[in-house]
Amino acid sequence: MKTPSGWRSGDGALWLSTGAVTLTLLLTVTLLVLLGRVGFGHFWPEPLGTFTFHPGTAQAPLVAAQREQGAFTLAEGGMETRTLLRTGNRDTAAPDFRWIADASLRSAHFDPAAIELERRSWGPALGLLAPPKAPAADRAALAARQWARLEEALALPSQVRTGSLTLYSADGSARPLPLAEVVRAWRPNAMTFAEKLSLYFSRIGAFISEPPREANTEGGIFPALFGTVLMVMLMTVVVTPIGVVAAIYLHEYAPQGPLTQMLRIAVNNLAGVPSIVYGVFGLGFFVYLVGGSLDRAFFADTLPAPTFGTPGLLWASLTLALLTLPVMIVATEEGLSRIPRQLREASLALGATRFETLRYVILPQALPAVLTGVILAVARGAGEVAPLMLVGVVKLAPELPLDGTFPFLHLDRQFMHLGFHIYDLAFQSPNVEAARPLVYASALLLVLMIVLLNLGAVLLRAYLRGRHRDPLG
Amino acid sequence: MTDTPTLTFDPADTCLKVEQLSVSYDGKAALREVSLTVPRHRVTAFIGPSGCGKSTLLRSFNRMNDLIRGVEVTGQIHLFGEDILAPKVDVTVLRRRIGMVFQQPNPFPMSVFDNVAYGLRLQGLSDQRALEREVEWALRSAALWDEVKDRLEASALTLSGGQQQRLVIARAIAIRPEVLLLDEPASALDPISTLKIEELIGQLAEAYSIIVVTHNMQQAARVSDYTAFLYLGELVEFSATDDLFTRPQARQTEDYITGRYG
Repeated sequence: MKTPSGWRSGDGALWLSTGAVTLTLLLTVTLLVLLGRVGFGHFWPEPLGTFTFHPGTAQAPLVAAQREQGAFTLAEGGMETRTLLRTGNRDTAAPDFRWIADASLRSAHFDPAAIELERRSWGPALGLLAPPKAPAADRAALAARQWARLEEALALPSQVRTGSLTLYSADGSARPLPLAEVVRAWRPNAMTFAEKLSLYFSRIGAFISEPPREANTEGGIFPALFGTVLMVMLMTVVVTPIGVVAAIYLHEYAPQGPLTQMLRIAVNNLAGVPSIVYGVFGLGFFVYLVGGSLDRAFFADTLPAPTFGTPGLLWASLTLALLTLPVMIVATEEGLSRIPRQLREASLALGATRFETLRYVILPQALPAVLTGVILAVARGAGEVAPLMLVGVVKLAPELPLDGTFPFLHLDRQFMHLGFHIYDLAFQSPNVEAARPLVYASALLLVLMIVLLNLGAVLLRAYLRGRHRDPLG
Repeated sequence: MTDTPTLTFDPADTCLKVEQLSVSYDGKAALREVSLTVPRHRVTAFIGPSGCGKSTLLRSFNRMNDLIRGVEVTGQIHLFGEDILAPKVDVTVLRRRIGMVFQQPNPFPMSVFDNVAYGLRLQGLSDQRALEREVEWALRSAALWDEVKDRLEASALTLSGGQQQRLVIARAIAIRPEVLLLDEPASALDPISTLKIEELIGQLAEAYSIIVVTHNMQQAARVSDYTAFLYLGELVEFSATDDLFTRPQARQTEDYITGRYG
């Protein structure tokens, strides 16, 4: 007999499917690498150069970090390569990012006295700890003295710090910088690799654990991270029981006729409704109707200031629960229908009622499927932004929705969300270049957060499945 | 079907009495006017080719047919004189009195102990000592105790197919039913496991009325006291096993047991 050849051998199909998987993996890895490189590269202390320019360009010398290079087509024809310099000092020498033609650049040298300071306002300050023209010995002594003073001050809380640091620019002019303003400082040109690494991780830690500053372009994203996790958890708590109970009814109790089939189609169609429609529905139904009624019934004394009749955490969670409900129902029903009929019969034949069979045999078996539903719902819910803008997410929330004052969980508060934060940084930020790396870093964190939430559910599912695994399959 | 060769038993020795039982699924007849009596504390076998209605008849006894959509049942079945097809009968109580073992071993994905204790717990038995005693008794009765006594907490799915089937039998007898229905209990098992199940059927017959459905005529001949032959939804012949296999009265029975069809 001849071995099947060509397409019939199946080799082609195998190559195709392998290729598809490889492509998917490649895209995922590329996305993560891009997000990680741009986003988390931002926290690595960049070397600070003192740049001088050719006399014809009328550009004063600068202390700056090199960001990237690009080629530009000139209006008068020809190409020019330029470098993006991050110069900081938005307060004294705006703009803080500028493209400089490489042709006009005369020299750059990396002064060990160069310093970068993170401040409470106006973004980073870049400069030198000693005047550039002074004799080398004097410079080193002055820089060391100023650094020691700075380190001493940074050990204290900002409120009790007094005095200021003298920061020299590349052309030798000096200006005072109040020590109380400084958040963090480093001398990138004088640091060892280990010091850089430690600074890198402490900056990432701060990014994750601190609230944002200056229209979200500085500081961290903790409130957004916290808001996202809290909202996803609330959503899960709401959607899981409702989805499971609905799936049980559809699969176990509803008479399997055209009506049930219609119901099923309706549920599946809900999954395809654009999410902004859910946002509009949430605003109209939850916020105005339900929230407004709650206010009139229980918080009438504070009206017209709304308590629940305004976008907030509760309504956002409920809207997302509604959005993810179809996923939950479909996954659970799928799981219920995979349970062998023999198990049901075994239980019923022992004199169990339908409910007992459901409770003791079917549901424990369907739990992994329920968790699959949770995973899908979390993945969908955590990445959703559009509906949230209508029902409770804000650019900047002054307070976390969970704190130490009664009733601890403030369901009526507005909150920050990573997805919306990314949108805000990317499109609404007044300082595009400063916000750009934060967009990537926030996006990476959002992805990592979803991965973590999913991983938790996956591990739980593996545990549940493993408890009574048939060793042969 | 007045000419069907059949047997009757003294009412005191009658376990199940079936009269004019017809079952159809979505209008398609699976059983036609079957009447027979099943004796108490004996092993009765139902044989016949696939689709002859023997499983349908068996599943009528514990009303498992109720679960199938579009099923229609007419006629009467009496369990020790009680009408079990009456609408007011509580099927959960009925199924405790009539246990069933299926063709495929179907232990729950729980531990060995929990499998056997399942029915007992449903009945409200929660005392651990009593549960342990009952589970041990059931496992001993199913000739499985010695093999599993050290792994009662292991998952039932780690047992071999034959052990699983005996576990399922233990689970069925743990709630001490009066009748045990076995639906091709050994058809998915290897010869040695089959032998063990057959021996077990013989032992259990001392305490239970057993009905076993089988394809396997040698098995029916080995384990049963009485045998009913069904064909195309009708009862063709019901008599003592020895008689049926040595002196079949109906032509169809003879054709079947001599292997001319089936």
